Amino acid sequence: MLSRVAESIYWMGRYVERAESVARFIGVNLTLMLDSSDREQQWWPLVNTTGDHEDFKKRYQFATEENVLRFLTFDRENPNSIISCLRSARENARSVREIISSEMWLQLNTFYLKVNDAATNGKGMGSPHDFYTDVKLASHLFTGITDATMTHGEAWHFCRLGRKLERADKTSRILDVKYFILLPSAAEVGTPLDDTQWAAVLRSASAFEMYRKKHGRIWPKGIVQFLLLDAEFPRSIRFCLNAANDSLSAISGTPPDQAVNKVEKLVCGLHSDLASSDVDKIINSGLHEYLDNLQDQLNLVGTGIFETFFARRVRETSKLTPTEKTQ
Amino acid sequence: MKFRDYNLGGFFDEMLDEKGRPRPSVRHLAHTLQALPDGELIRRQKSADRALIQMGITFNVYGESAGVEKTLPFDLVPRIIAAEEWTQIELGLKQRIHALNLFINDLYHDQKVIRDGIVSAHVIESSKGFRKQCIGMKPARGIWCHITGTDLVRNGDGQIYVLEDNLRCPSGVSYVLENRHLMKSLFPEVFAASNVRPVSNYPLRLRDALEFLAPSSVTAPRVVLLTPGVFNSAYFEHSFLAQQMGIELVEGSDLVVSDNYVWMRTTKGFERVDVIYRRIDDDFLDPEAFRPDSMLGVPGLMEVYKAGNVALANAPGSGVADDKVVYAYVPRIIKYYLGEDAILPNVPTYICDEEKDLAYVLENINQLVVKAANESGGYGMLIGPHSTKEQCADFAQRIKADPRNYIAQPTLSLSRVPTVVGDHLEGRHVDLRPYILYGKEIFVMPGGLTRVALKKGSLVVNSSQGGGSKDTWVLADDTTKDEDIEARVAISSQTQSSGETA
Repeated sequence: MLSRVAESIYWMGRYVERAESVARFIGVNLTLMLDSSDREQQWWPLVNTTGDHEDFKKRYQFATEENVLRFLTFDRENPNSIISCLRSARENARSVREIISSEMWLQLNTFYLKVNDAATNGKGMGSPHDFYTDVKLASHLFTGITDATMTHGEAWHFCRLGRKLERADKTSRILDVKYFILLPSAAEVGTPLDDTQWAAVLRSASAFEMYRKKHGRIWPKGIVQFLLLDAEFPRSIRFCLNAANDSLSAISGTPPDQAVNKVEKLVCGLHSDLASSDVDKIINSGLHEYLDNLQDQLNLVGTGIFETFFARRVRETSKLTPTEKTQ
Repeated sequence: MKFRDYNLGGFFDEMLDEKGRPRPSVRHLAHTLQALPDGELIRRQKSADRALIQMGITFNVYGESAGVEKTLPFDLVPRIIAAEEWTQIELGLKQRIHALNLFINDLYHDQKVIRDGIVSAHVIESSKGFRKQCIGMKPARGIWCHITGTDLVRNGDGQIYVLEDNLRCPSGVSYVLENRHLMKSLFPEVFAASNVRPVSNYPLRLRDALEFLAPSSVTAPRVVLLTPGVFNSAYFEHSFLAQQMGIELVEGSDLVVSDNYVWMRTTKGFERVDVIYRRIDDDFLDPEAFRPDSMLGVPGLMEVYKAGNVALANAPGSGVADDKVVYAYVPRIIKYYLGEDAILPNVPTYICDEEKDLAYVLENINQLVVKAANESGGYGMLIGPHSTKEQCADFAQRIKADPRNYIAQPTLSLSRVPTVVGDHLEGRHVDLRPYILYGKEIFVMPGGLTRVALKKGSLVVNSSQGGGSKDTWVLADDTTKDEDIEARVAISSQTQSSGETA
């Protein structure tokens, strides 16, 4: 498929997932608020999770609920706000309309128009909680429609690749925030506040019920195990990397264990690492450092994808090969 | 919805005769409209409006900030054409395109039409669409105008006239296809009862016509649609047609010329392109042949085209006939190449390049419609009777400064079609743009885009200036095959799938 089209559909997948992640973070934080007494302090971690705290500080003074929500949801100058992500997703979809199904377009367009209406004139928002739930559902619907109506060929794989990489990245940030920022002192480990916060972490990854089923009670090691290394939970980082690996092999047409280019080698390596990792070792040598490194690796993957599939290459002039002549 | 209060306004109405009675071809529709309960019409219209926004059937208006999309307003009362009338129109259009193709080919070779005094060299050389770079070119199969959109109007005398030929990148067919789709969900009962000819096979026909251009040695020709990109006003149509035809939509930057062929950049390397349906104007097609500052085209494309290694539709240079002054000569052109009188007449036209006509135009400018030779979208036009003295005087100056570039026509009494205005129907002026494909044969799509001037009393139908569109129904008659009738196509495919026999 056209490189430009592959790139657009990859970003369409990433941006929709990103919008969903933001909605999820916010939704959970709103719930957390109801259990907390110190309101102001709780909004900073949210900004930090996104990594956009510098941008926020430049244009907003205090991390009030109103400011943070506006920054993350409707701020058009924040390229990672929900509205900006949806706008980018939609623009990418618009430029590749001919390869997505009409139902996909309809859903994404309707999704965008609804959020845009809310951003422009506060229409149809309902309560904040309802709004973020709606955003999540709209994203789920889009993914469902994509999987159900798009041929699972090269284009679909690029979309999935973008989605899974984005999800892996966002999940790692959720974990990182809790461990690094939400928990300032070891003395607070095991307190009800701690439990509540961990529950919130699980919920923001839509993992609460599934975690309970597998591990029972809430304890940090179990959660790290679940969100980072679980082989079956669809939102764990390992699961996402496995899916990304599958999609990359489908794209290059080779078996998943045979990496034929640099980025495939990278993803394959990351996945095997996670598949063979021990959670105790990770925590003991520093979860934050581990996650930091993982995010760097994921960034490298992104760059690798660009260089392998999307970058503008020059065609070497040569005699036509026999197959090219009779094509 | 009653027609008793409907005001014909002294115009030819496509739906009602002089006595205000529904014409024979519209009986089913008229009956349905009359039987609609109060508020139902506007409810259906609103539902159509919503569907258009959700489906994103939009266009960008030049001059507005980037990313601003508008839906082309759609009115749900269709314009209906009887079978016998269409037969004549079809014959006339086929004749016209046939002659125009011969004409364009001649202009880039021996120019016999000029030598024999039918058209002056001056008119051709000063036509904005004439491309010296295309002299001597031999496009595949000798076809220059693969896709044409010829605008037709019906005057107060009931006669259909050709208003102009659009040979460069005629647009609008995507609205025709989407409008039809919308109408089927809005008025299923009327479709079932009428014999409307389908338009849905257009993309297939177009693809066939494009594949026809590939060299016969290529077994599986690769056809692509070249678009300027998302900010182009007709972008929706580009992506829609590419999808309907099952071909790649490409931008200039996706293509590269190498080894005297055209290649597209894919995730698996470079793949050769055989036919390009280009929706980019000649000027921007190739910075090495035309405008050097163009970022939209493909450097070196024309060399490959000249060598016959890629086909371009429409052929570069065919825009020479997309000129309002050249238009005035078309009846003579038809006579010259085919020895026949034009079946579809031109609107009587005064050519300001000719002294006698210029004098007449300047004297009577307040009664005429004056048009600049190469503008589109309704720009560069003066409607004398609707303009002030100052506007007329200003336009007269422009004509005097550049007479070759202007033609004038009497104000036409364009026909009208009932259109939803608030909660009732009022007549609004319409024109019609059928689409003609020149492939192995010349194919005229049954129907076309009926454009309607939504503003009361307005004659300007273009989308960029407040026009809207209607579905166009060409009715079948007894000679029409089943596969050419909407309702029968649907029924036969239903019975097939349920295992019943017809």
